[in-house]
Amino acid sequence: MIGLKRFNWQGWSTFGLLLLLWELGSRSAPKLQFYVPPISRVLSALGQLVVSGSLVQHLAVTLGRFLAGYLLAAALGVLLGLILGYFRGLHGLVAIVIELLRPMPSVAIIPVAVLMLGIGDSMIVAVTVYASVWPILVNTIDGVHHIEHVLIQTGRTFGLRRRKLLRRVIFPAASPYIVTGLRIGLSIALILVTTAEMIIGSKGLGFFIMDEERAMNSANMYAGILVVAALGYALNRVFLQLEGRMMKWRHGVAAGGAM
Amino acid sequence: MSILEIHGLSKSYRQSSGELTLAVGNITCRVEAGEFVSFVGPSGCGKTTLLMSIAGLLAPTSGRVLVNDKEVTGPPPNLVLLFQEYNKSLFAWRTVLGNIQFGLEARAKRGADADRKAHSLIELVGLKGFETHYPWELSGGMQQRVAIARALAYEPEVLLMDEPFGSLDALTRLELEDALLTLWAELKTTILFITHDIEEAIYLSDRIWVLSRRPSQIIEEIRIRFPRPRDQVTTRAERGFMEIRNAIYGKIRN
Repeated sequence: MIGLKRFNWQGWSTFGLLLLLWELGSRSAPKLQFYVPPISRVLSALGQLVVSGSLVQHLAVTLGRFLAGYLLAAALGVLLGLILGYFRGLHGLVAIVIELLRPMPSVAIIPVAVLMLGIGDSMIVAVTVYASVWPILVNTIDGVHHIEHVLIQTGRTFGLRRRKLLRRVIFPAASPYIVTGLRIGLSIALILVTTAEMIIGSKGLGFFIMDEERAMNSANMYAGILVVAALGYALNRVFLQLEGRMMKWRHGVAAGGAM
Repeated sequence: MSILEIHGLSKSYRQSSGELTLAVGNITCRVEAGEFVSFVGPSGCGKTTLLMSIAGLLAPTSGRVLVNDKEVTGPPPNLVLLFQEYNKSLFAWRTVLGNIQFGLEARAKRGADADRKAHSLIELVGLKGFETHYPWELSGGMQQRVAIARALAYEPEVLLMDEPFGSLDALTRLELEDALLTLWAELKTTILFITHDIEEAIYLSDRIWVLSRRPSQIIEEIRIRFPRPRDQVTTRAERGFMEIRNAIYGKIRN
């Protein structure tokens, strides 16, 4: 993740080969082309959608909702996690609630959010925050609990108290766990934004995919799916880049997937 | 007025069985400004508990600690505790320079003056050239040097050291003992040192308190009058050095 990495020829060749199989498979079965159009046709549909600008608009809407929800969840999860991790008494009060709410599939909250917030942006953002805050919160708490006692005592002997101790010692010391939570939260946030858009919404990539499906325009539908996939990939890359830069101190190189 | 006074300090723990054990039992002593004093005692005699109580990190069960005549109720501002586990006490996310700057930042010192001070401390502990290294890139001895420099950057009047060289190899240990004495002579800090190495205590200290097994109590006070600056060869060869060692050893063994 740090510095230049060799381009993974083999990996991309496999990917190319799968696309080729898709193309050939689809072309050899014309009756099924409505369900799986050749990738070349999907790409040309994508090109037209990009040129017309409509897809870009949907992408911008989705990205905006994602960022609002994810960043809010990150701020909330880290802050609450640090506090709950540090004050064990407080954690004891809410631990059961967290353990009961967390495993619930987050999409189940969508009807509740619709009921309370209607079908606007705020509902989608709220659902995204709700879903992605859990891994961030739980990992942050875990991270604080795993800090060496000596480290905290060192902060204290240097005269740091609560707020400064949390900011200068506990937050950085827990950051490897926090980063893990943030990485998991990232994928979840994107899933929830897209899902919520599919169910309600009149804009966004999720809506676009659903809408094209209902219009029986499968090439456009696939084009939308490609864009969501690319968005997920790009966000993950950005995250890994940032992580690599900020977590450089962790034995020089943090583990990361091949590109 | 002594810089540090300990009056009837004791500390007991409740074990998981519910039983109350006394770790430190009724310790009374005073340390004068600028002194280098050591507690020597067998492992597990409650030395760390004693030091944590003096540092205001543990509340004593009974008794009082006074630093500059002020009762300790939390970590006192003019005192810092240096732990044995340098690998756990250094901030892994900060470089050598960053760790030392932490000691200055804790005193709200930043800017050019603080930078100069940090660099001079790096030079003083012999880490020039390693400013941008992270702790994991350093050997144990170098890590403990960083921890010492960080503590000194805080400019404490009293420095408590909990077996700081206990997990270093023998040669590094001698080297750091001398480095510490040099720093102490230069900065005039009061040092309260804990070790289970009797000879180390004799070599470093002005005074030694010998601690008994749990619950630890002071069973002997010994004044060390070997001239300073001390030398690893000649001081340890002084007449009387081994006698003191044997006397202390005899006390601890019984």
